[in-house]
Amino acid sequence: NPYAGLVSHLRASWLSGKTRPMEYRMAQLEALGHFLDEKKQEILEATAADMGKPPFEVELSELLLCKNELHETLNNLSHWMKDEKVDRPLATQLDSAFIRKEPYGVVLIVAPWNYPIYLILGPLIGAIAAGNCVVIKPSEVSKNTERLVVEALPRYLDKDCFAVVTGGVQETTRLLENKFDYIFYTGSPSVGRIVMTAAAKHLTPVTLELGGKNPCYVSDTCDVSNVARRVVWGRFFNAGQTCIAPDYLLCTVEMQEKLMPALREAITEFFGSNPKESPDFGRIVGDKEFQRIRALLCSGRVAIGGQTDEAERYIAPTVLVEVQPSDPIMQEEIFGPILPIIVVANMDEAIDFINSRDRPLAIYAFSSNDKVVNQVLEQTSSGGFCGNDTLMHVTLTSLPFGGIGNSGLGMYHGKFTFDTFSHHRGCLKRGMGWESLNAPRYPPYSQKKFKIVKATSKVTRKADCTLL
Amino acid sequence: NPYAGLVSHLRASWLSGKTRPMEYRMAQLEALGRFLDEKKQEILEATAADMGKPSFEAYFTEILLCKNELNITLNNLCHWMKDEYVDKNLVMQLDSAFIRKEPYGVVLIIAPWNCPINLVLAPLIGAIAAGNCVVIKPSEVSKNTERLFAEMLSCYLDNDCFAVVTGGVQEITRLLENKFDYIFYTGSPSVGRMVMTAAAKHLTPVMLELGGKNPCYVSDTCDVSNVARRVVWGRFFNAGQTCIAPDYLLCTVEMQEKLMPALREAITEFFGSNPKESPDFGRIVGDKEFQRIRALLCSGRVAIGGQTDEAERYIAPTVLADVLPSDPAMQEEIFGPILPIIVVANMDEAIDFINARPQPLAIYAFSSDSKVVNQVLERTSSGSFCGNDTLMHVMLTSLPFGGIGNSGQGKYHGKFTFDTFSHHRGCLHRNMGLETLNGLRYPPYTQQKLGLLTATFEVKRRSTCTLL
Repeated sequence: NPYAGLVSHLRASWLSGKTRPMEYRMAQLEALGHFLDEKKQEILEATAADMGKPPFEVELSELLLCKNELHETLNNLSHWMKDEKVDRPLATQLDSAFIRKEPYGVVLIVAPWNYPIYLILGPLIGAIAAGNCVVIKPSEVSKNTERLVVEALPRYLDKDCFAVVTGGVQETTRLLENKFDYIFYTGSPSVGRIVMTAAAKHLTPVTLELGGKNPCYVSDTCDVSNVARRVVWGRFFNAGQTCIAPDYLLCTVEMQEKLMPALREAITEFFGSNPKESPDFGRIVGDKEFQRIRALLCSGRVAIGGQTDEAERYIAPTVLVEVQPSDPIMQEEIFGPILPIIVVANMDEAIDFINSRDRPLAIYAFSSNDKVVNQVLEQTSSGGFCGNDTLMHVTLTSLPFGGIGNSGLGMYHGKFTFDTFSHHRGCLKRGMGWESLNAPRYPPYSQKKFKIVKATSKVTRKADCTLL
Repeated sequence: NPYAGLVSHLRASWLSGKTRPMEYRMAQLEALGRFLDEKKQEILEATAADMGKPSFEAYFTEILLCKNELNITLNNLCHWMKDEYVDKNLVMQLDSAFIRKEPYGVVLIIAPWNCPINLVLAPLIGAIAAGNCVVIKPSEVSKNTERLFAEMLSCYLDNDCFAVVTGGVQEITRLLENKFDYIFYTGSPSVGRMVMTAAAKHLTPVMLELGGKNPCYVSDTCDVSNVARRVVWGRFFNAGQTCIAPDYLLCTVEMQEKLMPALREAITEFFGSNPKESPDFGRIVGDKEFQRIRALLCSGRVAIGGQTDEAERYIAPTVLADVLPSDPAMQEEIFGPILPIIVVANMDEAIDFINARPQPLAIYAFSSDSKVVNQVLERTSSGSFCGNDTLMHVMLTSLPFGGIGNSGQGKYHGKFTFDTFSHHRGCLHRNMGLETLNGLRYPPYTQQKLGLLTATFEVKRRSTCTLL
């Protein structure tokens, strides 16, 4: 296996204990901070070359969000690493009982192309903080960022413990034949299945950050222009290539009528009358993806946009109406700058529509009426949820980020990443003496002994409390 | 598929929302409590018939420990179910940000035969508490307990939402073809691989409680008779059929010499001079398992015990000396009343021996010198750890219980079970108004907007703190 040597080299470093001390982990994390600062220009250029990502979007979603994860981790690592002492029953009152956070060992991070820096560094920060050695596999689709990561990142990190490997499907398949102690995969559900199946051979735990069609319900009571701006922002950020972008809109025919001019106005406000000339609107990452998304335009009727330019891999910010559930655009995650609108009679129908489909990474609900937002939240299931906005919930490092069902398993961001990459080892340290306390549990068994065992280890039922 | 109807019936109940209200969950849990109280005699009889489990042991591990899990859950469920409000950044001060605990849906629990009530009920309690519908698959090896579940559990639990299925390997394979929303499996690593592979097809998250060889290191400085009693208790409890039993002992030749008479004395103290006549020593669950364990007796030299009786499936409490790493008893998890002793030169050699093998479910270290215990803890990796005792750490519902590597993935007991069976949904509920605050993030992008946005979003690096 072409990667066996690399993996065993990292495993040897892991077994040497090099990554365990807090000072080591902090130093590696600080180095990641230097990478983000010193290579900022290269990151801006690479992501611009890969998908025309506007520098503002790179600063916000690739640099600032990474810096936040880094600072959150550096600020709190010593606290997160501490043993967590736990409650003890009477039988173990004299003992030391705690949860120790330990690294898994050699972990693998497989990243996608749409936020190529953030979706490597986000998990990587937690993996390093937790004390692991890491193999990083950036996406070959975002070629320029892949090259940047392969050439520059190893210069900042300890080569004994962290490595970058490149390649496509073949290489990833061979890589997955090796035994890793944790695998973190961000990408599509179909490849997610392949990753989990490969992981199963080695009983390797996984986190899968996948995708789906994120519904966006707009109720009849709302501020139409605010909604339009927030939806347009979320849908067309990074030219729609965002796993948590609102994928399709659900509203009544009356709301659709009000929304259309507001959407048109927001698009013009953001990108001008010809978005192709706007420096603030991205491009599709590759020809294959461009053709896939362009083919979806035949769904329903183009109400706004619809223009494309193959040479530039440009697809205009587009809104489709009269879309049927059976249309092409409703059969797959769009991952492009097209927003289909599906008309429903009311909120209940919207909820049923959502619930009859795979559980998505995110659900959005817009309403001035809190009860409506709460009902959508309560009667649906998704990775995450945001009321009255799009995308914003993932900017909070204190909220767990992850999918459910087809949209994934596991969660991360902030401390959740550290916890994801840590094994929580339950520890009990007892005294060598005090043997008389143990006698009741030993044979020969008797009723009297059992009474004592019961009294010292039972958990009693407390009086009821009410759900506040 | 023979189970498709059952699974879709439970899914319909799940979608009806029946299991969501706290009162419903509490009622089902209270019913489980009544099952344990009213069927106590049947439980004692079934486990006695299945593996000669002494009633003290059955009462302790199958009833008392389950009652503890039940009471911890009933006492705290309303608290665990509450939304967890999280820290917010400057931008979201006026918003509501919280983690909502939601059920996965229809979950599957596959239980083994050795602790057949506990290893169904402990995960089941958390699954119900978290609001799921559950398919329960008890082990066909513990036939009497299987029948007890199949006939009686339905009298206590809501049959729309909870079902027991029976059968062997064929039936499990067909059952696993269905889509579940979570699978909790306790059993062997080889079947664990199969379960995870089947789960991967549906992207179903799994928890695997597997096994391994749990090493028990005894240092030269210890109270030999206390150590002997604690080790004998842990090894021969349930006739050795315990996933966290000390599987083999590591010590110097001098310590072996001191331990041997102490082990002999403890065995006699517990089970009398003829353990076959003791009511406090169990039997092997089946003929196949009996033959497998008996075959391991040819390893090294029988120092204590070694007698067997095929008709009764009795294997005497046995200690083997002069065991080599290549012997049969060291090739597989023993899961029987045999304790091999492997001689090592010192603690370092013991640690190397442990680390050269798959990570076990538990590691035990005995020493009057706490530094020695700490060193073994620090330089090894295992599901959990107990210093100066065996088995006791799993009595604390406040400690996470689970494996790592070959011994499993995921953790449970107490609140950890509730969390295992819950999806942690990150939720943000923003205001419909206050749109000016959002203006900073919209195109057209400018440096000024970026500067202001960064100021409101960023997590600053704090000055360093020392690890106390």
